[in-house]
Amino acid sequence: MAQALIEALNLQVHYGGIAAVKGISFVVEQNEIVCLIGANGAGKTSTLKALARMIPSSGEIHYGSERIEALPGHLLIGKGMALVPEGRGIFARLTVAENLAMGAYHRSDKAAIAGDLERVYGLLPRLKERAAQVAGTLSGGEQQMLAIGRALMGRPKLLLLDEPSMGLAPLMVEKVFEVVRTVAAEGMTILLVEQNARLALEVCSRGYVMESGLITLADTSAALLADSRVRAAYLGE
Amino acid sequence: MDTLLQQLINGLTTGSVYAVVALGYTMVYGVIQLINFAHGEVVMIGAMVAFSIITSLAGSGMPPLVIVLAGVMAAIPACMAIGYLLERAAYRPLRHAPRLAPLITAIGMSIILQHLALLAWGRNPLAFPQIIDNRVFGIGGAAISSVQIAIILLSLTMMAGLSWFVYRTRFGIAIRATAENVHVASLMGVNADRVIAATFVIGAGLGAVAGVMYGSYYGIAHYTMGFSLGLKAFSAAVLGGIGNIAGAMLGGLLLGLVEALGTGYVGEMTDLCHWPLASGILAEQCADGGNFVLFGSNYQDVFAFLMLILVLVFRPSGLLGERVSERA
Repeated sequence: MAQALIEALNLQVHYGGIAAVKGISFVVEQNEIVCLIGANGAGKTSTLKALARMIPSSGEIHYGSERIEALPGHLLIGKGMALVPEGRGIFARLTVAENLAMGAYHRSDKAAIAGDLERVYGLLPRLKERAAQVAGTLSGGEQQMLAIGRALMGRPKLLLLDEPSMGLAPLMVEKVFEVVRTVAAEGMTILLVEQNARLALEVCSRGYVMESGLITLADTSAALLADSRVRAAYLGE
Repeated sequence: MDTLLQQLINGLTTGSVYAVVALGYTMVYGVIQLINFAHGEVVMIGAMVAFSIITSLAGSGMPPLVIVLAGVMAAIPACMAIGYLLERAAYRPLRHAPRLAPLITAIGMSIILQHLALLAWGRNPLAFPQIIDNRVFGIGGAAISSVQIAIILLSLTMMAGLSWFVYRTRFGIAIRATAENVHVASLMGVNADRVIAATFVIGAGLGAVAGVMYGSYYGIAHYTMGFSLGLKAFSAAVLGGIGNIAGAMLGGLLLGLVEALGTGYVGEMTDLCHWPLASGILAEQCADGGNFVLFGSNYQDVFAFLMLILVLVFRPSGLLGERVSERA
């Protein structure tokens, strides 16, 4: 069996007195594409935010060979974990190029950064055309591309993607997922959170289904796509 | 004497000081949405420290320029240290408190700093030693002094330097990114605490120089000088769009100009003897070139705050404070 890159054990997230994530355990192995699907409010985004240490949580988070639950969030990118946040979180007043530069903020290897920038521009040519433009003027799809490109500039080992399809036109969703597939094919480990279950399961090898703060199903994508409960609840059949 | 040109020169001088002080307000606000009301006092302490150094070295026989430079060089680290301490001790513990708490703390810190300065430097206005020969040059019927030239040039240099830092360097981009979204900036590896501390320290360093400039321009330093200067610079920051660095610069210069022009012309414009209707009634006062001035140049401070009120009414986001949609 491959090595686990990230593993959560009994992960819990509370907002005030409300439990958003009620003790879940899951694992993402090296070079795996895993998705976390579920309805709005199931706790998917909270889970990702907890992994990236953007919000406090209890339970254990193992990343590589270390425990990271006590680390401040800004140190994780240096350890190779990048989160593309829900709603993209681009810096709207910064230019596209500055946004991408921020992705490599923690790095100091200038030559390699320049190389990665070319690679990102190659993968997302639209960003190159708009490099000098203020990011707030990009379309939603372009902003999502920028958010992914920015995360790639950090040369992550683990990419956490939060709802990359949110608010995008179907054609744009297709393009964004094409990029996700390309990145995955290059060997990136990805944990993908999506409401669009069909889309997610088609990209991933395994999936977890979350319902009101708990993982209710865990299986291979093929099995989940065939599961009658998943079909009824998330695939609209 | 040409009033217009003269007031433009005067306005540019005070305006550039306002602009430099306003940068301190706007940078901190941009990153943590706090109005650091103690910033004016930091500027005052810059003037005070420089005053002490310059006075004690004045008789030493060192070249005047070196003495002034020594004063500035002492004021900058002193103010930076105070700026850092303010953030560390007063504001950081309240980072997640309701916004009113740090605001009230800021006012409290302002009072504390004022009274510490009162203890250290006394209650009397201190005459800033005029050790540099202040030469006056005539241009187009107006006068500009070497101190004014120095203030304008130094301010423009500092503003250009800050712009370069904020728009061109890696850490500067990180400051702007943090200002926009601290959570996402932290995902990029930005240590928000460091960025926030840096905005306080940079603002305080600029403020130190501004304090020395202000003190040497008016020839006086006083423990209360930070209050009105700070309030005007804050108005300038709001005028330009608080949180916007270019806005603070524009707002400062504009405020200085409006204030100078207002002061220059208000007496003449509100002299009722120039008003045909009133001059008839006031024939006695107006005889032999007499005048009846409603508002004299002592109304100087009114203009800055009048402008602040107008901006808040008609364009609350400030001149350059446009809103870019951040989340779809």
